[in-house]
Amino acid sequence: MQALSIHGLTKTYGNGVVALKGIDFEVGKGEFTALLGPNGAGKTTTIGIITSLVNKTAGTVKVFDYDIDTHMDLAKSCIGLVPQEINFNQFEKPFDIVVNQAGFYGIPRKLGKQRAEKYLKQLSLWDKHDDISRNLSGGMKRRLMIARALVHEPKLLILDEPTAGVDIEIRRSMWDFLKKINKEGITIILTTHYLEEAENLCRRVAIIDHGEIIVQGRTRELLEKLRTETFVLNLRKPLAQLPPLDGYAVTQVDDTTLEVEVSKSQNINTLFELLSKDDVQVLSMRNKVNRLEELFVRLVEGKG
Amino acid sequence: MHVSRLRANYIGFQTIVIKEVVRVLRIWIQTLVPPAISMTLYFIIFGGLIGSRVGQMGGYSYMAYIAPGLIMMSVINNSYVNVVSSFFGSKFGHYIEELQVSPLPNYMIILGYMMGGVVRGILVAILITIIALFFTRLHLVHPLITVSVVILTAVLFSLGGLINAIYAKKFDDVTIIPTFILTPLTYLGGVFYSIHLLPVFWQNVSRLDPILYMVNAFRYGILGVSDIGIGTAYAIILLFILGLFCFSLWLLNKGVGLRS
Repeated sequence: MQALSIHGLTKTYGNGVVALKGIDFEVGKGEFTALLGPNGAGKTTTIGIITSLVNKTAGTVKVFDYDIDTHMDLAKSCIGLVPQEINFNQFEKPFDIVVNQAGFYGIPRKLGKQRAEKYLKQLSLWDKHDDISRNLSGGMKRRLMIARALVHEPKLLILDEPTAGVDIEIRRSMWDFLKKINKEGITIILTTHYLEEAENLCRRVAIIDHGEIIVQGRTRELLEKLRTETFVLNLRKPLAQLPPLDGYAVTQVDDTTLEVEVSKSQNINTLFELLSKDDVQVLSMRNKVNRLEELFVRLVEGKG
Repeated sequence: MHVSRLRANYIGFQTIVIKEVVRVLRIWIQTLVPPAISMTLYFIIFGGLIGSRVGQMGGYSYMAYIAPGLIMMSVINNSYVNVVSSFFGSKFGHYIEELQVSPLPNYMIILGYMMGGVVRGILVAILITIIALFFTRLHLVHPLITVSVVILTAVLFSLGGLINAIYAKKFDDVTIIPTFILTPLTYLGGVFYSIHLLPVFWQNVSRLDPILYMVNAFRYGILGVSDIGIGTAYAIILLFILGLFCFSLWLLNKGVGLRS
């Protein structure tokens, strides 16, 4: 059984904009999948249709085999949604927001309160549970939406850019939390602009652009398709002249920085040997962009 | 339908009602105090100062005659405004999505918001009745009719407020109907006078105003006098409730104003 199965999903908005052009997208049970794409690619529309916030034009969507056309209530019971925009009443208290959401899913109030406490504690929000949520920081508001999405214990958690505008420390703690709940069995779909996030967290990736899925598969397998990687080398001493590095595309960024494009057929040891021969000492080396970002840019810009 | 689903739906409904009632009580200065102040002024100015010169109407003092109308006016305004502002607020703040993504069926969402409006309507009715008792004696000739008409009227206008909120796109849209339609219809609905004082033509025009039936049915419950038949009043109220409920359900099922 697939956690999510989308076939031929099409969306044309009232103003004629075609947001989705018959996409096929599947997410296996227990997977951690990233849905990537530039702004306006169709990510939020896809999530909106899955969660019934947007009407579809054509196609089928099944959540744990429940078709949203025929068993919408059962499909909805399986899903927890963390939307891109803050969408809770900011005059209410975090505890009430989470307890009420439990109620909307038919969870008795007593149990709802227990679960609200459990998830607010897990997301380090318990000390704020009785504050007015308007006063929470941006990161806290995002974590509150995660607690709210989990209170009915969904089998599929969908997060639409959950770490947007969140500082690094909180982002990393959110990653740890998401990894933990995924290990516990919750299937996760994540949209993000931080490709480092997708590469670190997600075993599968789908890239959507102009309403079409242009690639989907295992993150590792997709990254293997990258034919070249660009490395940034920081040099110990300023370089007067660029040494001959036969076979490598090299750009001198400044006196002490080189950018070298290394293709899969090339050996990085050879590069260092050539540099050593010319007495060029490398202090440190890093990827110019993260690998998934490189793949993403190449696919979206059609450089495959 | 499976029993557990029914129970789950009931819990969802109950949650909306609790949320709405908490909201009414939390912002009591906005929800309960204003009708108390404005109705006290109505009692003093229209009932006391002007009413003492009007004399009797329908066999009762003018103060006693307008008291049921003023109570009903408060119920109409408050039940309507409660739902229109709460539902539109949830649309505006996007937290209506909390309900949209949940498995709670649309009819339960309607009933939940409607019940919130009814609770506020009844709370205000009790408050205004207590204030009225400082100015006049109320007999309560038909208690059952009195209570049922208040509840049904609150139901009807809560549904009206919900439909207004579904269509509303900006804050102006939630004030247009109460200002330009609801208030004139309430004033012309026999709150301050018997329609028998009007020329025949305007009496017939007044009969097109649904609020006339509610005000008169309520007045009948309290004073035992009415300009129209009580059976007709119930029929009109129930017909409107059925029509508005079906229409609001259709709107939510279609996702009008909520889903693109």
